[in-house]
Amino acid sequence: MSSQNPEHEEHSHGTKSYVVVWVSLMFLTGLTVWSAQKNLGGYLNITVAMFIASVKAGIVALYFMHLKFEDRLTWIYAIYPLFLLLLLIGATLMENFSRIPAVN
Amino acid sequence: MSETAHELSPVTEYQSSKLGMWLFLGTEVLLFGGLFAAYALFRAKFPVLFYEQHLKLDVTLGAVNTVVLIFSSLTMALAVAASKKGDTRKVLIFIGITILCAFVFGINKYFEYGAKFSHHIYPDTNIFFALYFLMTGLHMIHVFVGIVLLAVLFVLTKRGVFTSEYNTPIELGGLYWHLVDLIWIYLFPLLYLIG
Repeated sequence: MSSQNPEHEEHSHGTKSYVVVWVSLMFLTGLTVWSAQKNLGGYLNITVAMFIASVKAGIVALYFMHLKFEDRLTWIYAIYPLFLLLLLIGATLMENFSRIPAVN
Repeated sequence: MSETAHELSPVTEYQSSKLGMWLFLGTEVLLFGGLFAAYALFRAKFPVLFYEQHLKLDVTLGAVNTVVLIFSSLTMALAVAASKKGDTRKVLIFIGITILCAFVFGINKYFEYGAKFSHHIYPDTNIFFALYFLMTGLHMIHVFVGIVLLAVLFVLTKRGVFTSEYNTPIELGGLYWHLVDLIWIYLFPLLYLIG
């Protein structure tokens, strides 16, 4: 009998590869704590912090959540909410900062 | 045969279950998204207040919890991998460690909240702490739900419900648990590490 998802068999998720993923996540956690101590000026701190967080999130999604081995439809399901999220945050900020002060 | 006409093949069942889980995770991202949007707005409006208030948070405790949660994601991934191989003993060990990590996370958070309350810091203290309690609180609820889900998976595994052929619930539980980790990965720098 084949298993439920034959595709999975090609990419055996060994303990070793998961530990490597975990070590890289630990390294990035250390990096984000370290970089937060530095005053990079302006919006650079938050940009660096969010960039590192997104790399970590990407690693979690791709390897721990197996997104790397999923089909296109799953990718659409995973990425589409991120566009909505961007719209939600982007529209909230744009609306607020484009208000005419006199109206407030 | 009309009897079997309504039944889906195991492969279809597995794939649609997983797709449904991803869809649910999308709604979870947007549930937190509202709070992230509020955070972005108020941080942009009151950058100094956010910087000054965040200094009251314990970075070490936040970092420890980050390490604990990422480690629990590792053990959950290992539990899913073990379930694919039908190694029930390993599944139980790894789910057990994951639950333990979830409790450690919760206990840390309990002491953290307690320390804030003892310094008279509440959700209505200011907008930073309103968002801090809302975001970490909603996340904490997800950790509690995760503990319940993992406990159910633990019991079902012990009863021998899952095999190397059928282990979809463990995989879906894993996906949920990784999302809880993923959201914390953003909460930690946003709340504890404002440069």
